Amino acid sequence: MDKYINVPLSEEDATALRAGDYVYLTGTVYTARDAAHKRMQEALDKGEPLPLDMKNNVIYYMGPSPARPGRVIGSAGPTTASRMDKYAPSLLDLGLKGMIGKGKRTQEVRDAIVRNGAVYFAAVGGAGALLSRSIISSEVIAYDDLGTEAIRKLVVKNFPVIVVMDSNGSNLYETAIEKNNRT
Amino acid sequence: MKILNVREITENIKEMCIEANHFLSEDMKCVLCNAAETEEAPLGRQILEQLQENMRIAGEDMIPICQDTGMAVVFLEVGQEVHFEGGSLEEAVHEGVRQGYTEGFLRKSVVKDPIFRENTKDNTPAVIHCEIVPGDRVKITVAPKGFGSENMSRIFMLKPADGIEGVKSAVLTAVREAGPNACPPMVVGVGIGGTFEKCALMAKKALTRPVNERSSIPYVREMEEELLHRINATGIGPGGLGGTTTALAVNIDTYPTHIAGLPVAVNICCHVNRHAFRIL
Repeated sequence: MDKYINVPLSEEDATALRAGDYVYLTGTVYTARDAAHKRMQEALDKGEPLPLDMKNNVIYYMGPSPARPGRVIGSAGPTTASRMDKYAPSLLDLGLKGMIGKGKRTQEVRDAIVRNGAVYFAAVGGAGALLSRSIISSEVIAYDDLGTEAIRKLVVKNFPVIVVMDSNGSNLYETAIEKNNRT
Repeated sequence: MKILNVREITENIKEMCIEANHFLSEDMKCVLCNAAETEEAPLGRQILEQLQENMRIAGEDMIPICQDTGMAVVFLEVGQEVHFEGGSLEEAVHEGVRQGYTEGFLRKSVVKDPIFRENTKDNTPAVIHCEIVPGDRVKITVAPKGFGSENMSRIFMLKPADGIEGVKSAVLTAVREAGPNACPPMVVGVGIGGTFEKCALMAKKALTRPVNERSSIPYVREMEEELLHRINATGIGPGGLGGTTTALAVNIDTYPTHIAGLPVAVNICCHVNRHAFRIL
């Protein structure tokens, strides 16, 4: 079913979401992909603070193309989430409530989603031009030297995503593919 | 003999990088449009419609179809009667990529060293495949390759006894494992035969063949059609969220091989199967 939800995600909203829900997100999300996750993990290992508070926040696995002059952002679709699987459970345990990406996750990530009442959303891969229209502002808040891989604070309005993994442990990739399987 | 200044190579490659990242070829547009009509799953159809809308916005607003504007793969078919002047041909290609990715607001996704991973900040170097052919013309193909799908590509060194069934099963294995990670609906490029590197190169080049054009070898054509049907029966669907459109085409190329081997490479490309061609 279609849902309109504010981000950061409240406990109630996060745990009420179910795999298969089509959700429009409005509010603030943060981008981070491979290099930013590696750096955040290094900070955690050294006991240093992270550049953003994970609590109730949503991370969008995305590195945009450069914005043309006068535009907010360039093309801005999701990247493959599995490359962040190594880092995601510790961020979820710190309060991260949602992740937006595409593709499969490990069992460790699924367990951490259930344990923390979190959610994994998929955005449509390869629809970066369309998705950029739901981004109202973009500002680099950390790791500027990483270029496209810097951490950005994005203000989004009705950003379209689909719940793939919910806090009950359901996984839309498995159920939807099985439902359509004709082999 | 034809004399060509390498400046022309730079200029064309620059334009082609920008063109390929904003506009898909007619055959790709057509097959995506048909898929939106034939897809049976409601969510799958909705995603395919969004991809059409995405393409329209990309062209109108000059915003790349996908933020992963790829590593630039450049095929050069150089006529043996062509003489280049004005500098290094290879450097001219890299310079075209540098200018295209910088001036075209394309993402710089290349790191200088695979281990130390410092971004080169201009998307160079390109990956260049140069072939000498008869004649006095130069055919350039620019194919920016995204890594969501590249990461799901596979090489299988099969045994001759595995035969055609082994080949089909290898392709299906690669596609199943790729699933939602490779941004389906995908285009599947397959190279069969040759050596380890030859089959990989064939698989890559097969992705640049129009998706509505089948192999001229009857058994290969049949295999392309059968595999497309079987891939679409897996249920993976658009975005990997279930449906009847998992692949848009399977393009297979073959080459003679050794008595002891049956190499098979499967190069998977997402629905943003980009390539621009020009002949100078």
